[in-house]
Amino acid sequence: MRGAPPGSLASMAQMENERAKNRSQTAKRLIGEFKPYSSSLWLVAGLVILGALSQAAAPWLVGRAIDENISKLEPVGLTIRMLELLGVYFLGTLVSRQQIVLVGTVSQKLLAGLRQKLFMQLQRLPLTYFDKRPIGDLMSRVTNDVDTLSQFFGQGITQLFGSLFGLIGILIAMLFLNLPLALVSYLVIPAMLLTTGFFAARARAAFRKTRETVGDVTADIQQEIGGARESQAFNRSKANIDRFRGRNAANRDANVQAVGITGAFSPAIEFLSTLATALVIGYGGYLVLENQLSVGLLAAFLLYVQQFFRPVQLLSAIYTQAQSALAGAERIYAILDETPEQADSPNAKTLASLEGRIEFENVSFAYDNERQVLKNISFTVEPGQTIALVGTTGAGKTTVANLIPRFYDVTAGKILIDGTDVRDLTRSSLRAGMAMVLQEPFLFSGTILDNIKYGKLEASHAEIILAAQTASAHEFISALPQGYETPIGEGGGGLSQGQRQLIAFARAVLANPKLLILDEATANIDTRTENLIQRALETLLKTRTSIVIAHRLSTIQHASKIIVLEQGQIVEQGTHEELLDLQGKYAELHARQFRVAKPVLAK
Amino acid sequence: MLRPVTNSPSRPARAGAPSPGANKAVGRALGYLKTYRLESVAALVSLLLVTVANLFAPQLIRIAIDDGIAKQNQNTVFYAVAGLIGAALLRSLFTFAQGYLAERASQGVAFDIRETLFEKLQRLGFSYYDQAQTGNLVTRLTSDVEAVRGFVGTGIVQIIAALFTLFGTVIVLFVVNWSLTLIVLLTIPPIFYLLFRFVSQIGPRFGQVQIALSKLNTVLQEDLRGLKVVRAFSRENFEQQRYQNANSDLLEKNVGTIQSIAGIFPNVILFGNLGTLAVIWYGGLEVLGGKLSLGELLAFNAYLGFLLQPIFTLGFLAAGIARAGSSAERIFEVLDAPLDVQDKKEAVVLPPLIGNVEFTDVSFRYLGAEKEVLKNINFSVQAGQVVAILGATGSGKSSLTNLIPRFYDVTKGSIKIDGYDLRDLQLSSLRGQIGIVLQEATLFSGSVRDNIAYGKPEASLEDVIAAAQAAQADEFISKLEHGYETIVGERGIGLSGGQRQRLAIARALLVKPKMLILDDSTSAVDAQTENLIQDALDNLMKAERRTTFVIAQRISTVRNADLILILENGQIKDSGTHETLLETSELYNDILGSQLKGSAA
Repeated sequence: MRGAPPGSLASMAQMENERAKNRSQTAKRLIGEFKPYSSSLWLVAGLVILGALSQAAAPWLVGRAIDENISKLEPVGLTIRMLELLGVYFLGTLVSRQQIVLVGTVSQKLLAGLRQKLFMQLQRLPLTYFDKRPIGDLMSRVTNDVDTLSQFFGQGITQLFGSLFGLIGILIAMLFLNLPLALVSYLVIPAMLLTTGFFAARARAAFRKTRETVGDVTADIQQEIGGARESQAFNRSKANIDRFRGRNAANRDANVQAVGITGAFSPAIEFLSTLATALVIGYGGYLVLENQLSVGLLAAFLLYVQQFFRPVQLLSAIYTQAQSALAGAERIYAILDETPEQADSPNAKTLASLEGRIEFENVSFAYDNERQVLKNISFTVEPGQTIALVGTTGAGKTTVANLIPRFYDVTAGKILIDGTDVRDLTRSSLRAGMAMVLQEPFLFSGTILDNIKYGKLEASHAEIILAAQTASAHEFISALPQGYETPIGEGGGGLSQGQRQLIAFARAVLANPKLLILDEATANIDTRTENLIQRALETLLKTRTSIVIAHRLSTIQHASKIIVLEQGQIVEQGTHEELLDLQGKYAELHARQFRVAKPVLAK
Repeated sequence: MLRPVTNSPSRPARAGAPSPGANKAVGRALGYLKTYRLESVAALVSLLLVTVANLFAPQLIRIAIDDGIAKQNQNTVFYAVAGLIGAALLRSLFTFAQGYLAERASQGVAFDIRETLFEKLQRLGFSYYDQAQTGNLVTRLTSDVEAVRGFVGTGIVQIIAALFTLFGTVIVLFVVNWSLTLIVLLTIPPIFYLLFRFVSQIGPRFGQVQIALSKLNTVLQEDLRGLKVVRAFSRENFEQQRYQNANSDLLEKNVGTIQSIAGIFPNVILFGNLGTLAVIWYGGLEVLGGKLSLGELLAFNAYLGFLLQPIFTLGFLAAGIARAGSSAERIFEVLDAPLDVQDKKEAVVLPPLIGNVEFTDVSFRYLGAEKEVLKNINFSVQAGQVVAILGATGSGKSSLTNLIPRFYDVTKGSIKIDGYDLRDLQLSSLRGQIGIVLQEATLFSGSVRDNIAYGKPEASLEDVIAAAQAAQADEFISKLEHGYETIVGERGIGLSGGQRQRLAIARALLVKPKMLILDDSTSAVDAQTENLIQDALDNLMKAERRTTFVIAQRISTVRNADLILILENGQIKDSGTHETLLETSELYNDILGSQLKGSAA
């Protein structure tokens, strides 16, 4: 119940005025989600009707008490009637308690299920899906869109039914008790709806402005806190403060202006509410004087009209809420309806144990139909060999590496692992035999231990330490005050890029892969540390096939084969010496990198 | 480099009993209202008038019934109804006035607090940001300010008005019928108790929901960010399990909240209804006994609403105070943070920089850390010289260069530029003449051009392009869809590490600095690009003869330096030129050997 209370104008206007394109279809599907809970929902329906009855019954009992007991001087009758009223009140309390629990639990379960479904779907979507979408966008779908639904279910639906049935009960009771007075009282309802509509439209515009300005303010804050160091390094503080002042003031003014418009809403509705009371007293009083109405009924009517106000207000609020909920649901379904990554073919084989022979046969690949990233790539890697991929940024090195664990499927040609097309293997068995270390190491929140363990969930403590030692990570980890139990914050905070990479290395080592793919894995480690790793890797790589992408040529000179890529094609391949002799592209790259420091070793 | 990470103790989740510190903070936040005295007082007066109109209305109902209907007097009914409408009109007007005025005051307060906070954050030094969590700071400027605003602007006025309504109503009721009043007042303590329980229960529960939710989102975010790692290790099921655990936890917390609401709210309404029951029942008996008129009975019932309303207001404001209190505390924590690096009173302006730098016995320790990251650093640099700094990860390279623009103050010793101790200089005059490329290049949302012109917003497009060309960035920028006007997103999304770095270099070059500091600035660039940048920088350094500090990992970068410093564990292990180090430094040869390994012909 954060933020504006449900039914308030602010909460109405905070909702984007968005409409689902396929409203009825989305609504149907959403309602379908409730099917597993239908027995609970029938119970809720029963409770809602009971609640409405008790809401309509109470004022009627008060009216009867006045007319039949108080006016007729019957203290015993009054007491009996009051006990009835007490019963009605208790019933109302019980009903409303049950209703809140039932509706709340069902909708929370449903939302949790929806979240889980979404997450499962995200695990199955192909990587191409994620290439096109910023993470923030997906995050917002899974969190915000489910959240709008949650708000609608949590506050919207219960109140919708509660109020609607309550209002209907009251309206019917009034019609029965006195037709003309009921009709006169009804006059304020359309006025209330019109007023709400009038203000809601204006509020939406006003609040859109405040949302925009608050967005500017927040963006500024986020940016300047993130870039505080730059700001100081470049003497920007004054300029930043000035800009912020402008945005801050715009936000203040937009808010004050919005209240200038929307602040009149509540008073207007309150006025109408009192007008209803005045109408009942004025016209009802006239009817009493004409002997067409009893005083008790007049009192009952007074109690009834006081209950108009909330349901009417809620109904219009919920209408807006339902719109955004449906739009949110539509976006959620859009993700759920995406075609997941092609499943393993039904007769896919399990790769028992990887030998490490890789063959690329005329492989071409395009992320989308236009951009051809790889053209006709053919090469063979024998088990135990180390292959280096060399080339400028954008030459297609990473793409080659990504095709081997089948992050993407080739567009043409085929890739064979130990003689089997990768598409005929189950993904998990294919990937189980290999490990990757990427340029930007990714660590999960948790301890260092957890992160290394990610490579082999059932690993023993000794295995983990051994892996860390192999990856030259043990030394620095042991030097941390909490050692392997050091918590890693968001984005690996507290550790340097190099240290994070060492942990990623340890993780890959622990997985004990037959095939190791290093994608610029040592770019951010200083050369001495890299050297340590290199030495460890040399022993590791003896028994393993490995694909190494590196821009520092010194690290790959011992590779069994160096493949030089240019614009998605292989332009040269061979050993370091062969390629140098060739005097081609590789020799040129090499000369550039070593030109300044021609060997002058003292020893 | 391991920065001191302070694990701030997890805050107690919202609400609960406000700590004495929180109360003090609320008081201090109220001080911001002084500027908006006029609005606040006018809002209060309006609210009191609303209360008066409110108290008047049931009396009109009583008059309509007792003097009009009971006495068969049509005119009295008419006048009473007219009065009712008139009172309603006045009440609506004053309600609006109050809301508007209170908003003006509260928005003003929010503006002032935010402005002060922002200014403070612009002045806080690097050491503050080393320890602060960014997300946390953003929250302080946004939701915390909002919480304080809500309370300070409208809370106080509402508390006074609620108390006024409460006492006014009770007095009126006593005058009408004191015994009925006493019975009705019996329902007040349970309602108050229930609301208090609700507020103190629901606050922490919502806090728990928030924590569970953010845990759930962390799993999601990590899964998306680490997508390739997850898939490479075939950990989809593991991630799903992790998500499910967090999801079930959230479900449990949500259901707990619902049960709290269900357990308390219907009871609050029940007690409210019991008030009505008491009025009709006991009041009815009083009418039977002739001690009360029917009109008074109905008016009495109408007053019940005026008793409940302020109690609800007070109950929720109590929660508001607690929240505003802890928010205010967090805000003042930032405002009261000491400025470690700041201008002295008598600080002088650094004249146009020549470029002589002298480190004398410099030691440095990060705030709150025990270990010194730099120990007894001594060296001096002549104007125009290039200094290269080498060393393993964590040896103190970045710490050393960060001392030169005085991002931190030395713990011991002194640094002099052109003979001035850094601490005697005006910061802006010092930093304005130094161009810096930081280790992690932050890009600001805006165009490429804005980003390059960050340190010199008034620069012409020609100058921007020239800087980009010098940083080897012009070529890729021209290939972008909108060239220099291409918008780069938050934190430079859409550009590769190498491209970001080149923009950062262009940014540093544009200010035409007299001194240049390059921190690891070419590590994320491929060899070819690095060579291009290197060429450009070599030219620049020679052409303009500026003192330059370069942190680099590659010998090729540092070979031509006038002075090479090799750091190990915060100390200068060896120093000299390439030639002298080759002959004297084992460490240098080690590093050199590690890089040339295999290529030695």
